[in-house]
Amino acid sequence: MANVAIRNIRKSYGKTQVIHGIDLKVEPGEFIVLVGPSGCGKSTLLRMIAGLEEITSGEIQIAGRRVNELEPRERDIAMVFQNYALYPHMTVYNNMAYGLRNRGYKKDVVDQEVRRAAETLQIGDLLDRRPGQLSGGQRQRVAMGRCIVRHPSVFLFDEPLSNLDAKLRVQMRLEIRKLHQSQGVTSVYVTHDQVEAMTLADRLVVMNAGVAEQIGTPLEVYDRPASTFVADFIGSPSMNFLNAQVIEHGKALHLPDGRDVPLPVQGLDPEALENMASVTVGVRPENLKPIEDKGGGWLRLKVLMSETLGADTLVHGTVGDAQVTARLPGAATYAPDSLLAFGSKPEHTLLFDAGTGKRIDASASPAPAATLATGQ
Amino acid sequence: MDTRVHFKSWWLPYALLLPQVAVTLVFFIWPSVQALHQSVLAQDVFGITTRFVWFDNFIDLWYSREYLRSFSRTLLFSFSVTFIAMSLGLLFAVLVDRILKGSSGYKLLLTWPYAVAPAVAGVLWLFMFNTSTGVLALTLRSMGIDWDHVIRGDQAMLLVILASAWRQIAYNFLFFLAGLQAIPRSLKEAAAIDGAGPVKRFWTIIFPLLAPTTFFLLVINIVYAFFETFGVIHAVTRGGPGQATEILVYKVYRDGFVGMDFGASAAQSVILMILVIGLTAIQFKYLERRVHY
Repeated sequence: MANVAIRNIRKSYGKTQVIHGIDLKVEPGEFIVLVGPSGCGKSTLLRMIAGLEEITSGEIQIAGRRVNELEPRERDIAMVFQNYALYPHMTVYNNMAYGLRNRGYKKDVVDQEVRRAAETLQIGDLLDRRPGQLSGGQRQRVAMGRCIVRHPSVFLFDEPLSNLDAKLRVQMRLEIRKLHQSQGVTSVYVTHDQVEAMTLADRLVVMNAGVAEQIGTPLEVYDRPASTFVADFIGSPSMNFLNAQVIEHGKALHLPDGRDVPLPVQGLDPEALENMASVTVGVRPENLKPIEDKGGGWLRLKVLMSETLGADTLVHGTVGDAQVTARLPGAATYAPDSLLAFGSKPEHTLLFDAGTGKRIDASASPAPAATLATGQ
Repeated sequence: MDTRVHFKSWWLPYALLLPQVAVTLVFFIWPSVQALHQSVLAQDVFGITTRFVWFDNFIDLWYSREYLRSFSRTLLFSFSVTFIAMSLGLLFAVLVDRILKGSSGYKLLLTWPYAVAPAVAGVLWLFMFNTSTGVLALTLRSMGIDWDHVIRGDQAMLLVILASAWRQIAYNFLFFLAGLQAIPRSLKEAAAIDGAGPVKRFWTIIFPLLAPTTFFLLVINIVYAFFETFGVIHAVTRGGPGQATEILVYKVYRDGFVGMDFGASAAQSVILMILVIGLTAIQFKYLERRVHY
């Protein structure tokens, strides 16, 4: 087990900078997931840790040792590639033994390690096959086997599940989690799939355009997203956003449908908003609670259509010119053009700076409110 | 879905095929049949009478020390040309595959020799090694090496090997480069993480993965050295000095068109024909189902 420290890492290709200074401390045994849309630099960051990309500036330390100038093989890491990168001309056994043999291990040690890893991953009966004769899931296991035989101090995963079908992906996700629990090796995992990110990570790094937008536990990132980007990227369907004007010195908001409502958040000093012209109100679909009383709630949704998913129902509609989706428990249909009233718990209602997209912090510890914030 | 093309008139497809068929018949099939026919005939010295002699021409070749020596000379020549052309082609391909900037310039320069006709390539090398005026011959002489391929058979052989290999390097380079670029980058990266240095990576991962390309080029190069180097040899040494550079194809020409021994010459070309058919068969058999993996 080793820690990984990333200090102000930057990467440029010629004049184009793609990573703009990222700091990250990975604790020993921690499972870190780098998540973001394609082109955000998450794979580049991983490849810099692996030593496959040069570091333009900044420093990476693995187990307290600066590795910037070290070759990949000297960094004591192992990596699972997106396309598995198994050696097609070698048997599964030789694929797994290759790294050990290159490091000069004795034959019986190699054999022991390979067989133990094969047992862990349940690929013992495939050792004589070539990668071409394996299914996607089996190749995935071999790729992981190739990593665990060497007992490296860090595992790196580069979108390892993206080539698998949906069912297998769920299964392999659990196995990776299980493997991490049993081996406890520090891991850095890159994915664009937010479900993988949420389920695997001890901590998430949400990346956007070469910047770490937020680093935190999955629930922190989900419940208290640092910016509209994070709020939008994590969660499906994604968070609803409403542009609202700040009125009455920050005590009320003017919503896109023309209604004025008292600030639906708690613990926020109105003076903090006083100087802002407008803010973005964010609330997740499942946090919108229907209000039976027609006068209650701060949100009026004009229904466009509803989708019944079985366990719950998605109601899509508009508030002024903004698209809003609510997730309601149970199966029900809602007539188009009908008006629904919604409220939300103050701690589930977030305000973002309309200009920068950063969340306006209500308070360090939001007061748990039992009642729903109601407007008017 | 039926993707076949349907012609409106029955004769059009045949008319379109006709030129190719005609060329094949006139320049390949007909001479081959002629050669097969002549290889079992013998003519008297003045070309007046012709007899059917069964396989006497072939039996004579079997007992001809000159022919057997030419055969072993051809093997030496072919394997040298193949080895030099393939190893240098691979070396250049590996080097160009590594560089990121300006690789297209190198590619162009390295492919250029292939555009040079064999005879012209031969003359080029002949000039460079010309005993009295050649740049390289004079350089060698200043270094104390007595270069005279007109007299020395071993030097003449070396010269035709170099001249023949030179052109083929370009061809091998192109195929090896394509082969290298078809190897996924992640494989090399995985090997790098797995602790293999550049040299080990090459011999344990890259070279085995190039096996299909290597095998294909091996056959192509042997065929080239056996049959297509006539132009180079004719331009550089004319098989000499003595018979030092007289490989099989050149001997066919010399016996037939200089020595006017058509029967023996035809028998030799039939043997070459069988060789090339054999090589092609091997290539089809193994290349179709990929080598090694």
